[in-house]
Amino acid sequence: MPYSEMMVKPMREEVTRLGVQELKSAPDVDAALGNESGTALVFVNSVCGCAAGTARPGLALALKHSILPQKLYTVFAGQDIESTQRARSYFGEYQPSSPSIALMRDGEVLHFVHRHMIEGRSPEQIAADLVAAFDKYCAVAV
Amino acid sequence: MTGHVFHPGHHELHGVTVVVDAGARTFVGRFDRVEEGMVQLLNVAVHDATATPREEFLRKSHTFGVRVDLKHLALPESEVRSLVPLSELTT
Repeated sequence: MPYSEMMVKPMREEVTRLGVQELKSAPDVDAALGNESGTALVFVNSVCGCAAGTARPGLALALKHSILPQKLYTVFAGQDIESTQRARSYFGEYQPSSPSIALMRDGEVLHFVHRHMIEGRSPEQIAADLVAAFDKYCAVAV
Repeated sequence: MTGHVFHPGHHELHGVTVVVDAGARTFVGRFDRVEEGMVQLLNVAVHDATATPREEFLRKSHTFGVRVDLKHLALPESEVRSLVPLSELTT
């Protein structure tokens, strides 16, 4: 059962204020990820403070890096059920978990940060993982 | 909201994805609590020893995530040989 929107709002805003576009319906997700070209990050937000409490600041730190995915999206697991399920349908063989982070290019998942890779880690450690993936997959050859 | 936990007073492993070695069986799931001698796990993958080697099961769980076979599992503490976070396993 979803939490009250009033309680969740700050958690949404902690991500959207970073410039991450929230996808709240299946058509939103299809418009964003269907026929996607280029690089995109999808942050699966979550209420659970055990992991999401460090995932969001980890994402914030990572997004200060000079090399970033071209598109930044978020869905909210347990709250926006339809859009989360649709987003997960683009993640291929990667199992659902929340919070989690998918880095995609041309519709293919290149790097996936599962919940178990977030648990017990500091925001700095999570950011370091993401930054390494940004450097590897998002740098534009010149 | 950063760092906020909605369930205070929880076990130190509450919410952590763990690997439970129960002898002939291995489980990967989210640790919830220990209650009346039973380890309670949520969203649990069950290793089928006849299908894949244990190491392969753990490697896939780490790389591709936990494939949920059981929403809930209660396992007697006496059957648990080891219990470690999945993130700490080198596979």
